[in-house]
Amino acid sequence: MPANLRVQSSEFIDETVRISFKFNGKTYHGFKGDTLASALLANDVHLVGRSFKYHRPRGIMTAGSEEPNAIVQVNDKTNRTEPNVRATEVEIYEGLEASSQNCWPSVNFDIGGINNAISPFLPAGFYYKTFMWPASFWEKYEYFIRHSAGLGKSPTEKDPDIYDHRNIHCDVLVVGAGISGILAAKNAAKNNLKTLLVDEKNELGGATIYQNREFNKIDNQSSSDWIKKEIQELRNIKNLEIKTRTSVAAYHGYNYLLARENLTDHLEKKDKQDKIRQRLLKIRAKKVILATGALERPLIFNNNDRPGIMLSSAVKKYADFYGVVSGKKNVFFTNNDSAYESALCLHNKGIKVEAVIDIREKSNSNIVKAVESAGIRIHWSHTIVDTKGYKRLNSISTMKLSNDGLSVTGNKTDISCDCLGIAGGWTPAVHLFTQSGGKLTFDENNKVFLPNKYPSDQLSVGSCNGDFKIKEIISNLSNNLKQFLKIEKTDFDNLSVESEVENSKRNIWLLPSDRAIGKTKPFVDYQNDATAKDIKLALREGFRSIEHVKRYTTTGMGTDQGKLGNMHALGIIADTAGVKMGELGTTTFRPPYTPLTFGTIVGRNVGEYFDTFRRTPMNDWQIKNKAEFENVGQWKRAWYYPINGESIHEAVQRESMAARESAGILDASTLGKIDIQGSDASEFLNRVYTNAWSKLGIGKCRYGLMLNEDGMVFDDGVTTRLSENHYLMTTTTGGAANVLGKLEDYLQTEWPELDVYLTSVTDHYATASICGPNSKKILNKIIPDLDLSEESFPHMSFKNAQIGKIKCRIMRISFTGEHSYEINVQANYGLDIWEKCMEAGKEFNITPYGTETMHLLRAEKGFIIVGQDTDGTMTPIDLQMDWIVSKKKYDFIGKRSLYRSDTMKEDRKQLVGLLTDDPSIVLEEGAQIVSELNQSPVNMLGHVTSSYYSPNLKKSIALAVVRSGKKMMGKKLFIPMEDKTINVTVVNPVFFDSENKRLNA
Amino acid sequence: MFVINCPYCGERDQQEFKAGGEAHIERPKQPTELSDDEWAEYLFMRKNIKGVQFERWNHAHGCRKWFNMVRDTSNDEIKLIYKMGERPPSE
Repeated sequence: MPANLRVQSSEFIDETVRISFKFNGKTYHGFKGDTLASALLANDVHLVGRSFKYHRPRGIMTAGSEEPNAIVQVNDKTNRTEPNVRATEVEIYEGLEASSQNCWPSVNFDIGGINNAISPFLPAGFYYKTFMWPASFWEKYEYFIRHSAGLGKSPTEKDPDIYDHRNIHCDVLVVGAGISGILAAKNAAKNNLKTLLVDEKNELGGATIYQNREFNKIDNQSSSDWIKKEIQELRNIKNLEIKTRTSVAAYHGYNYLLARENLTDHLEKKDKQDKIRQRLLKIRAKKVILATGALERPLIFNNNDRPGIMLSSAVKKYADFYGVVSGKKNVFFTNNDSAYESALCLHNKGIKVEAVIDIREKSNSNIVKAVESAGIRIHWSHTIVDTKGYKRLNSISTMKLSNDGLSVTGNKTDISCDCLGIAGGWTPAVHLFTQSGGKLTFDENNKVFLPNKYPSDQLSVGSCNGDFKIKEIISNLSNNLKQFLKIEKTDFDNLSVESEVENSKRNIWLLPSDRAIGKTKPFVDYQNDATAKDIKLALREGFRSIEHVKRYTTTGMGTDQGKLGNMHALGIIADTAGVKMGELGTTTFRPPYTPLTFGTIVGRNVGEYFDTFRRTPMNDWQIKNKAEFENVGQWKRAWYYPINGESIHEAVQRESMAARESAGILDASTLGKIDIQGSDASEFLNRVYTNAWSKLGIGKCRYGLMLNEDGMVFDDGVTTRLSENHYLMTTTTGGAANVLGKLEDYLQTEWPELDVYLTSVTDHYATASICGPNSKKILNKIIPDLDLSEESFPHMSFKNAQIGKIKCRIMRISFTGEHSYEINVQANYGLDIWEKCMEAGKEFNITPYGTETMHLLRAEKGFIIVGQDTDGTMTPIDLQMDWIVSKKKYDFIGKRSLYRSDTMKEDRKQLVGLLTDDPSIVLEEGAQIVSELNQSPVNMLGHVTSSYYSPNLKKSIALAVVRSGKKMMGKKLFIPMEDKTINVTVVNPVFFDSENKRLNA
Repeated sequence: MFVINCPYCGERDQQEFKAGGEAHIERPKQPTELSDDEWAEYLFMRKNIKGVQFERWNHAHGCRKWFNMVRDTSNDEIKLIYKMGERPPSE
């Protein structure tokens, strides 16, 4: 008979729906409404995981998203598996499978548990220390460290789920639907403000909804009944959108927040299919109200981490909300009144509470009196010095605390128990507030950090603002809300509130034990196994800054980001260093508040939607003709066209020879095209290009080089003068957007007086470039009436023409060194023109070629590719392109920089050609070049930028940038590779047809 | 992620904009008259202030207009936005 610790029917649990699930391979049952944690506790399962470093057995600690211990792998070995999920947040469904992490072979018998025994040898900074010394041991350590590193297993299959993003704009965003959030949202919406209320849980009402009926009264009824009525009302308010299972992950500047809405994680497999799993909400709110509540603090004492030791508030929530008790013999350990609420809650359900151990000397609040009169023994001024029970707590040892709280006295008393609820007071959840840039102040009375300076239009209300009692919450909320929302009254201005819990608290960050600190294990960060001892060690070793101590000890660096223990770490540091809290800084809370899945972050941008891509009008033809593609900027460009299983090398060799021997055709549609018009267009080109433009005749084309203001080559391309005040500029494919941006920048900011208008027309035209000795004949077949004679249509000129009814612009320009024409047509005729060229070229074996062949052909001619042969440090002079830099022009972009002492140095890297001594060896692009072998340190002269085997020259050719390269013509250099050294000779970068005879052939 | 009030389009999300560095650095009218140091001052030297800074911004995914912004770089507070060509406020 399985254990059943469900003691009471709960209105939040639907016991008519029984759900079976597996944990570590064993089948258990729970009910609809259970979390994995509550269902496990109902089955008396506390041991759910092993800690990260010492592999100590760990149990469920909390009932919320702050859980450090109960993190599990769900649905392992399926395509929906997810690691590091908090069992306290997983809503169970039929078929759920969960398993413990960080243990092998099982959570009950974990080999890594040996780390606990050898823990004296694993002090803070253990890993850092092994990294450092002795260095030669690192390779040995690494094997073991790698195997024990990391929590959980990432999925290996494709995620089957759909994720989505949604933008939301609202007047008021309320984060957290506890009592403060509900009242704030209701009053905002009722005042005609478009309001969004989000909560990470699936139920509204926070802790109020299951609060003790006798001790908290609102409007003369129990606070839980009252809040249920409020929630009912909330559902009928227009202007108000409510999202549950929605966790705000990040709060950025200008009230921009990111939240994860969970839509299907609680559904069983068949209901998840084809639905959006999670949605990332991108919320821009005019005003933000943070009602994120407070997290209960643990107490830091020796062996405070055993399964069965839980937050007192969690014990209460499991009992009141889920109807589950966490133990049969319960003890509470506290420094304030809130544990008494939990004790009473158990007592009233008939569950035995053995004792309350209170480090305070006394408390006179009514709730304490009620516990006393229930016959529960209270040990005042006592602390717990040790606990026992390896896989489940079985007893605690208490001793009297000295007056100063630094030591213990008297006899040790053991109390046997299987559940210990610990209550160390409350920490306002200020994570989102600080993420937004808010500054905190330390409240000495309550030992809490509170919001102080708001960086944007926002307000923190309720316990995240330090109001822990319902009375304070409601009266402060009413006043603050009126001011913040600029409204005259709220509907709870005169609400009567009664609460029996007092604020008194005795705060001791680290509780003493009868054993020396070095012999104790008081855990501060449960997930990362950082103890108070580690923190003290870090301080002894000289660490002072909080951020350094945090990294050295890994405190607060787990998946829970230290939600429970960070305050204690700060307190222990302050006490040990003898400074005030906050004086050494507080740790920074970084997004996300709770972990996000990658799916949620990327949303729909997966697979083919990962990035947008652009296709030319000829793309379908290229796919049909088996082209391989490469990405250039966002374009898909045909790279080469293999036939009959050719390799890239074979295809490129064939294409390159065909283009020079007869005819080739290239899709040049992707080149950037900018239409430039206006009466100052010529003057504008004069200022942006290095060469002169005023005298370019109408109908003529010219190559231009554009520099940055620092004198380095930025882009290049051919620009055509279409008419007096009308030019068509082409840019590199990848540089188009940047060129347009730069030209607009100068026009708008430096030269607003120029009458020039720029329009990007890249997508408006498709371009087929035909080249080779037969290109003229092919064009003549397509447009027989066009005069192609040298006199009428010479190299570097342009003609308007018509192919049937299709208007086209034909430029006679060449990037291959061959006689060639670029035919530009309106984009939707692109494919038609391409097919016409192919048809007309058939008899000349016209060969489509891709970008790889284009690169090879231009390299034979020594033409540069900006971005391949240049890298933002090359001037035109470095490129041996002095001929294109006008000496006569007074100014152009970058001119002055060409005369800076540095750019004029003769030993700059300069573009040269390289020939290998063995013409069959093709150099690797990026290979380093040296002049001396066996030199130390090696003097690296430069590197290879472009390298090919030229089928037309029957040898390997390369372009390279080499220090003082211009002076090295004919010099022998070396290229040392891993397995050999390649001998090369520096040559002029023009390898082929240096007289340009073929252009006019 | 801030909201920027484009002087031509109104309030838009920061992702529509491109930052363009420090504002009011005018390109010298006669660069050839400048010494290397003076030219380097124009070319390379930027204040990069922690605090109130004058900046250029471009509504790149909108009207594509450039404009000026006074921004506190320590908290991203935008104090003022004004058109290109307008003089900066005195303080």
